Amino acid sequence: MSQPVLEVKQVRKSYGSEVVLEDISFSVPVHTATVFIGSSGSGKSTLLRCINLLDQIDDGSIVLDGEDITAVDADVDKVRRKLGIVFQSFNLFPHMKVIDNITLAPMKVQGISKELARENAYKLLDRFGLHDKAENYPDRLSGGQQQRVAIIRSIAVAPRLLLLDEITSALDPVLVNEVLSTVRDLKIEGMTMVLATHEMGFAKQVADEVCFLHQGKILEWGTPAQILEAPQQAETKEFLKRVHEAGRL
Amino acid sequence: MGRPSESHFGAAPYDFGGKWVPSELEITRRAARKARNIRNSIIAVVSSIVVIGGLALIAVTSPGWKSLSDTFFAWAYGVEVLPKIILGFGTNVTLTLIASTCVAILGLSIALIRTSRSPALAPFRILATLYVDIFRGIPMLLVILLIGFGIPALRIQGLTNNVLVLGTIAVIITYTAYVAEVIRSGILTIHPSQRAAARSLGLSHFQSLRYVVLPQAFRRVTPPLLNDLVALIKDTGLVSILGVTDAVRAAQIASSRSFNYTPYVMAAIIFLLVTIPLTRFTDRTLRRSIERQNATGVA
Ligand SMILES: Nc1ncnc2c1ncn2[C@@H]1O[C@H](COP(=O)(O)OP(=O)(O)OP(=O)(O)O)[C@@H](O)[C@H]1O
Ligand SMILES: [Mg+2]
Repeated sequence: MSQPVLEVKQVRKSYGSEVVLEDISFSVPVHTATVFIGSSGSGKSTLLRCINLLDQIDDGSIVLDGEDITAVDADVDKVRRKLGIVFQSFNLFPHMKVIDNITLAPMKVQGISKELARENAYKLLDRFGLHDKAENYPDRLSGGQQQRVAIIRSIAVAPRLLLLDEITSALDPVLVNEVLSTVRDLKIEGMTMVLATHEMGFAKQVADEVCFLHQGKILEWGTPAQILEAPQQAETKEFLKRVHEAGRL
Repeated sequence: MGRPSESHFGAAPYDFGGKWVPSELEITRRAARKARNIRNSIIAVVSSIVVIGGLALIAVTSPGWKSLSDTFFAWAYGVEVLPKIILGFGTNVTLTLIASTCVAILGLSIALIRTSRSPALAPFRILATLYVDIFRGIPMLLVILLIGFGIPALRIQGLTNNVLVLGTIAVIITYTAYVAEVIRSGILTIHPSQRAAARSLGLSHFQSLRYVVLPQAFRRVTPPLLNDLVALIKDTGLVSILGVTDAVRAAQIASSRSFNYTPYVMAAIIFLLVTIPLTRFTDRTLRRSIERQNATGVA
């Protein structure tokens, strides 16, 4: 068994006196997707932000490709170059055209020539059916298109690991589907991913492992079938019941 | 989708091979709108003529009009001194160009220092804050007097006594404090998520600033900065107090020679010729930037 892409070991995070993450441990093998589910405020976004080093953990460690990225002497910029993250709200750069949003990091971070960066970007846009939006500014795109551009932007730097934080929660159901099918394609191509989502149907389709986060702890984990169809813990059952009632299963 | 053309009467302007043609309803609506626009224009023109013409009539027929126009609007004398004032205005323009360039560079530097978080820059942050607080709180005239008369009084070798240079420095010092604050507020209005997105793509702190934060910040502060430019042009007139022969000073000399105030009016007109177009331009930029922000919504 090869070394996992990501190993999270006994991570703890608190804001002031409020403990947001407690004793979080899991690992993500290459080409797999780990999906975090849990109610609002359970700490999903915080976990992803900690992995991306946007927030500092209080205890434990996070290992990426065998390298402790939470060590004091870790090179934050280098770590982030290996990670792609897409946020809940699409953080495209509004002053740049779609194509420039995508080519910025490859050109400035990886030092790729403008021609090559544009060529690669167009290939990605083609593949996700956004070719004719390349020269538009983000505010001329629908929410779903914006979110797909955000995904393309983060994979344009060929990250080792992609972090997706509730990328569909700001979208209506039709747009949700176009974004989710983009993620499914990435999964098929072998992208390693960690996701936080409220879409249980989607979790079922892409996840290799589902973790149920409750009040900052991983209460239950396993295959999608185990967690979503035969949960053991009372809290998981309760959560899934509420999701079901809200019509998102 | 084309509709049967029987439903229209008259020439249908867009009917190329079954393309959309305005319906009867739309045509009557357009006619009504056009009639209303014409009526509104007529009302605007008539009421403007009545009000402005009335005011002018009152002014001209009032008993003081004769002496007023002799003192302020002696055009023959005004034209005679005009070349001197225009020459002086050249000084204002030069001063504005030099000062605005320096202010832009220094203001940006100070804004960047104040918004930085690097611990190594901590002393500079304190100094920058102090500087901004002090020079935003002092009337510019005082700064001009302090530097223009104070520095030569020191009698230090190698330091210039040129009042034009000293006046320019005083203007730069004051305006840098204002402009730094405008730029800083622009940087602060860019949502932290933009920086986070840039950083998580692997861009360094400096690259995030250069490619993501500053371009957006500048777009937001362009209108207030243009406002400051208009103010700067006017305020260059203040260095006349040091004896610099700018437009204001030239007008003052001409006026004191004849006890007539027309030269001042001429100087005012010359300033207006530059500032009014710039103000209009600023308004338009502001309106556009508001429209753009509304179109973008929260994003
Ligand atoms: N910067 C912060 N400062 C203080 N508390 C915070 C901060 N960020 C998050 N929290 C708190 O941490 C807890 C977990 O938040 P988090 O955003 O991780 O939840 P989440 O699981 O992503 O929820 P949602 O499904 O609504 O996105 C919440 O109680 C929140 O109030
Ligand atoms: Mg969240």
